[in-house]
Amino acid sequence: MTAVTDEILSFDEAMEKYDPVLGFEVHVELNTKTKMFSAAPNVFGDEPNTAVSPVDLGLPGVLPVVNKAAVEYSIMIGLALNCKIAESCFFARKNYFYPDTPKNFQTSQYEDPICYDGYLDIELEDGEVFRVEIERAHMEEDAGKLTHMGGATGRIQGAEYSLVDYNRAGVPLVEIVTKPIVGAGSRAPELARAYVAAIREIVKNLGVSDARMERGNVRCDANVSLMPKGTTEFGIRSETKNVNSLRSVERAVRFEIQRHAAVLDAGQKVTQETRHWHEDTRSTTSGRPKSDADDYRYFPEPDLVPVVTTPEWIEELRGRLPEPPAERRKRLKAAWGYSDAEFRDVVNAGVMDAIEDTIAAGASAAVARKWWMGEISRRAKEAEVDPVDVGVSPELIVELDKLVQAGKINDKLARQVLDGVLAGEGTPEEVIEKRGLAVVSDDGPLLEAIDAALAAQPDVAEKIRGGKVQAAGAIVGGVMKATRGQADAGRVRELIFERLGVQG
Amino acid sequence: MSEINREAVAHLARLAHIEMTDAELDRMAGELDVIVDSIKSVQEAAGDDVPATSHPIPLTNVFREDVVGETLTNEQALSGAPDSADGRFKVPAILDEE
Repeated sequence: MTAVTDEILSFDEAMEKYDPVLGFEVHVELNTKTKMFSAAPNVFGDEPNTAVSPVDLGLPGVLPVVNKAAVEYSIMIGLALNCKIAESCFFARKNYFYPDTPKNFQTSQYEDPICYDGYLDIELEDGEVFRVEIERAHMEEDAGKLTHMGGATGRIQGAEYSLVDYNRAGVPLVEIVTKPIVGAGSRAPELARAYVAAIREIVKNLGVSDARMERGNVRCDANVSLMPKGTTEFGIRSETKNVNSLRSVERAVRFEIQRHAAVLDAGQKVTQETRHWHEDTRSTTSGRPKSDADDYRYFPEPDLVPVVTTPEWIEELRGRLPEPPAERRKRLKAAWGYSDAEFRDVVNAGVMDAIEDTIAAGASAAVARKWWMGEISRRAKEAEVDPVDVGVSPELIVELDKLVQAGKINDKLARQVLDGVLAGEGTPEEVIEKRGLAVVSDDGPLLEAIDAALAAQPDVAEKIRGGKVQAAGAIVGGVMKATRGQADAGRVRELIFERLGVQG
Repeated sequence: MSEINREAVAHLARLAHIEMTDAELDRMAGELDVIVDSIKSVQEAAGDDVPATSHPIPLTNVFREDVVGETLTNEQALSGAPDSADGRFKVPAILDEE
């Protein structure tokens, strides 16, 4: 590889001089059972070239037949993106010669996509909402997978030959294309990430894609161009491919803004080209320039008849749409009464669904949050797993909370009870029994412990007598220690003041 | 006349990765030009009231239910391959897109 290190400008300086214009093409692999045009299974990870039919291999004489579920999933994506659905549309052949497509064309849509003219409101982390206009979402098929052999790093440079697996060839894809996104300014990288995250969340929520970016279920090409501040004419854009994690999308857009700014600052022209993102160096390298190889000579696919939609069909599909994720969050936040920060933390920790389930099981919103964001998150961090994988069920939380409410255990003991339950020692009640964890509520032993603690710290006792009630914490601590945490701290406090004859 | 000239044929040949000699380019340009001209007569016959038609048969929504059908075995899939390795088709490394 030619090791050209591109000059870049600092992001801040780039932002002082230029306004970025973004555009995204996101490919979503649908999780239908079969492929777009053949009955071969749509699977991941099978032995190479076993999930293939003659149609996928482009063998002579085969005829494609459209998968109805893929069309319906595509319409559902369009509806979720507030798109219009075409009354009639057809497929087109995109002609190019490369071994990932044995037919020598990709079956796609060109002039009239099934979904068009939509929008998506993207909420940034601080709550600012940015509307992204959707140009189109069209149906197409995925290509086979090439592995380059003999090169140093599996890259094509220096490769001696390539091996092709067509299991992925023909997997249904929906390509979602935005209109140019203007006005994001310095928030462009953040918006890029949030946009792709929103698409991923929507298709996952619809159940039409597994939406796993690491498997390539959601893939993003990011277009970036700059225009000098105060101007409105778009600059020349680059298209960065291979940005397949949310973090990469943000970084790639940021890098390209900085690179374009340096090129423009040097008085040069940006080359219209494909760029490749490299997560290791956090930079892009030049792919190939746009050339006459991009002359795809689209024409209507003669082997497939048009797809015609009716209002009834569209409404039936609209009826299948789940509540949009953004609206659901808004509803839950209001219902639970969490602050912005609290709710954001809950979402980021990935425990929103778990809290919803816990509340449904009978806990209050506050208790559910306390458990999931506190003890369970702590354990998850320790075990390096997601909180939902710690093994605590909503029902268990409700049970523990009931025991706390009844005064049988306190929060500290509840954590020990949880230890026991997770260790397989039985139900919370059984663990309390076996471990002898019940709160000491009989005042007798408590008074003994209080007297001992007061005697051990006479200076503190004096302070309390003198009205410094906050000093009581030290005595409470001593009592809790003496009772191995099994005392009710509130009751201990009351008894201390009673003992010393002061008002708490 | 002359919709298809020599340069157009050379361009198409490049896109299709087909090597053609000068003599072949000249011959093809002539032959394709005749074909395009012949097809043009359709345009003359259709008036402005006839929309561009890609699918002349009045048939729409020919769908397949999403049910898995037969697949080829790996051996069958590779049986027509000029070369293969590790259960996959083996092709020359082509410098195009990474």
